[in-house]
Amino acid sequence: MNAKYMFSLVAVIVLFLLAYAGVEGAGLHVLFGILIPYAAIAVFTVGFVWRIVNWAQSPVPFRIPTTCGQQKSLTWISPAAIDNPATNGAVVIRMILEILLFRSLFRNLKFHFNEGNRFSYIWEKWLWLGALAFHWAFLAVVIRHLRFFAEPVPFWVQWVEQLDSFFRVEFFTDFLQIGLPGIFLSGLVLLAAAVYLLLRRIIIPQVKYISLAADFFPLFLIIGIALSGIAMRYFLKEDIVGIKEFTMGLVTFHPSIPANVSGIFYVHLFFVSVLLAYFPFSKLMHLGGIFMSPTRNLANNSRTQRHVNIWNYPVKVHTYEEYEEEFREKMIEAGLPVEKEL
Amino acid sequence: MADDLLKPDELLARTDHRPPATGWMDTPVNIRKGMYCYAANPKSVEYLSLPYARQWNPVEDDWKLPENWKQIIFEGIRDRLDRFRSFKIFMDICVRCGACADKCHFFIGTGDPKNMPVLRAELLRSIYRNDFTTAGKIFGKVAGARPMTAEVLKEWWYYFFQCTECRRCSVFCPYGIDTAEITIIARELLNLLGLNIDWIATPVANCFRTGNHLGIQPHAFKDMLEFFVDDLEEITGIRVEPSFNRKGADILFITPSGDVFADPGTYTCMGYMLLFHYLREKYGFDITWSTYASEGGNFGFFTSHETMKRLNSKMYAEAKRLGVKWILGGECGHMWRVIHQYMDTMNGPADFLEEPVSPITGTKFENARGTKMVHLSEFTADLIKHGKLELDPSRNDNLKVTFHDSCNPARGMGLLDEPRYVIKNVCKHFYEMPPNTIRENTFCCGSGSGLNAGENMELRLSGGLPRANAVKYVHEKHGVNMLACVCAIDRAVLPPLMDYWVPGVDVTGLTELVANALILPGEKERETNLRGEPLPGMEE
Repeated sequence: MNAKYMFSLVAVIVLFLLAYAGVEGAGLHVLFGILIPYAAIAVFTVGFVWRIVNWAQSPVPFRIPTTCGQQKSLTWISPAAIDNPATNGAVVIRMILEILLFRSLFRNLKFHFNEGNRFSYIWEKWLWLGALAFHWAFLAVVIRHLRFFAEPVPFWVQWVEQLDSFFRVEFFTDFLQIGLPGIFLSGLVLLAAAVYLLLRRIIIPQVKYISLAADFFPLFLIIGIALSGIAMRYFLKEDIVGIKEFTMGLVTFHPSIPANVSGIFYVHLFFVSVLLAYFPFSKLMHLGGIFMSPTRNLANNSRTQRHVNIWNYPVKVHTYEEYEEEFREKMIEAGLPVEKEL
Repeated sequence: MADDLLKPDELLARTDHRPPATGWMDTPVNIRKGMYCYAANPKSVEYLSLPYARQWNPVEDDWKLPENWKQIIFEGIRDRLDRFRSFKIFMDICVRCGACADKCHFFIGTGDPKNMPVLRAELLRSIYRNDFTTAGKIFGKVAGARPMTAEVLKEWWYYFFQCTECRRCSVFCPYGIDTAEITIIARELLNLLGLNIDWIATPVANCFRTGNHLGIQPHAFKDMLEFFVDDLEEITGIRVEPSFNRKGADILFITPSGDVFADPGTYTCMGYMLLFHYLREKYGFDITWSTYASEGGNFGFFTSHETMKRLNSKMYAEAKRLGVKWILGGECGHMWRVIHQYMDTMNGPADFLEEPVSPITGTKFENARGTKMVHLSEFTADLIKHGKLELDPSRNDNLKVTFHDSCNPARGMGLLDEPRYVIKNVCKHFYEMPPNTIRENTFCCGSGSGLNAGENMELRLSGGLPRANAVKYVHEKHGVNMLACVCAIDRAVLPPLMDYWVPGVDVTGLTELVANALILPGEKERETNLRGEPLPGMEE
């Protein structure tokens, strides 16, 4: 079992060494700073769109929402309007709750097999909390990084930054200075949540059993991204101005290599590039897939409105005529009405 | 029940939820007695013109597969990826978070890791990755891919016939991945090679020919209901007169054939007959049964989408032939998933029928205006709400009732409060099982989706354990002695499940309880319930 996460860990270490040695040793700044990031963005964009289009090309033959509450039926029975949506508006709310708040994961019930053959199903919020922290922190980190790709920095990016750094920690010694620049909570939460998600895959026997190398790889990669980012911001104190000139150069298609930037920056950039390029070919596509999941994004109204299956085809049926043909005599004898007398 | 079955304590003691030391891809399938159903009878497969009808045995090495079986599976997957977005997306986006793992009654009951919904799906996903994804082709096992082999095929067969398509895992999946959908597709693929189980194939063939799973021919169907007429006369002093295949009736009634065949479903069936008689006498209610469409259930659903459509077609065809206004459906689980989520799409539009209106209360069943088919619980709840039924709930005073939500009406429809409203009006003692085991969280009976055979009893009892355990809780806490349900498979399989895990709890359909409480015009003093057991106060 170790092989699965060791493989992914080694893969990420190799990627680290590739980028670090490539830049610091072989001087491949242009490759790791310009060519690979461009290629990664291209692969991500084309790949992502291709996947969505590919999914969309397959029709939704049947209306199969998973209903998680009372249906809308008799007027005096109150329906679960969101968990069992009867209208498209309610579906939108269901989807918002699912995508932004992980509604279904929130339900999680953990099964316990207790003494005396008693079972219990206990509300398990840690996976939900961990996943929520991970995704929201990731989003905050991504938004914060937009500051490197826009001049002037959009006001909403600044809002996110302010919100993110409301919790100020200042700790100064001769060796270690924390608090300047201000601590962004999102980076730390992202790291902690990713480590939590990793640990549960290693520690919980059942989750460990189902995990593939493909489940560990993105986690190690994201932990690598977070660590390298945190290192640059708080410890290495990279030249932010130089980096911004570099990233603006990428955005405006006039890329140039910054002067005083360490190899860790290229590692960070390379990890992000790998993540982007890996994204469309992996389970990370759940980002796009959740919007298209037929058990969640359809209204439970198939007895009210006809849902059309575009490939519906005629099938061989056993008609009443064939049925009566076979049993006519017995039917008449039993006094059952028939279409054709003997 | 088989004699060599373990005792409940032994079965529990053996259930270990710790995964084995070997990875799942390296753990070969062991097709174990008591856990699988017998192979399809070739005659049944042939009758349906489904491919590769042959005699074969799951425990033998040679499954007599066609030469090009891998090609058939490969093309079968490709075809279904193109036709079902659900399938494609569910193959692609699982992150293996494990939220579904302990939601499956089969995993809880057996501890077999391949009964975790995520692993059940991975059995198929691993092949999909290998044959259809770039990552799988390049990275192979590292990306969770493996090539198709006869071993894998056997594993599919074993585990996709250990899933009851109950959708409980789908409730908890953050992406709504529905293992039922994956199992449905996997069984379609297996059927391409003639690998059905007989408990499904033969009922399907029967249903195609005679109109019902049990193969009851028209005259016998009428006989069986008339047998109930005599029983009812003995109990109530009233002779009910069901009508069959009658043109011009207002409403067509369709219910699972299990209800006419085996106890305690038969009492539910007698309940239907009594209720319809009451409504006819009081309000001129006009309903007919059909021998051609004498099956509400649809084991075709457990074979393939196409087979489901072939069997389901009879409902609308018969409604059209008889010229009824709309259709009333009896108590059944998967029947209602098919009617609610598939029927209109497959065999509609039902533009020859009228939008359903209760002729007694005038209630328009807006929620069924497209399909034109109403659930009996919706219909009965509406009657009670309008005070149209004269009821004496004290006749059910000997019962302490709990309600088992059947999977399909719960998670594929949302029929939760209608039956509860009915029960509370016909019984005085109603106790809910713990909230995490009812409504959308309900546990399967362990025998749904065509797995209610005899030879797989250990599987059924293991899978039914979580349900039984919740019943046991209310049995011990409140003295619950009656488990009510709205599903014919439940009525057939819960009694042995209760006998095994919670002796002292009986099983009933909803309408049996209604009929016991129903005061019929001109009835004699009722001394017994529909089962012939003395009513409370009549014991002596």
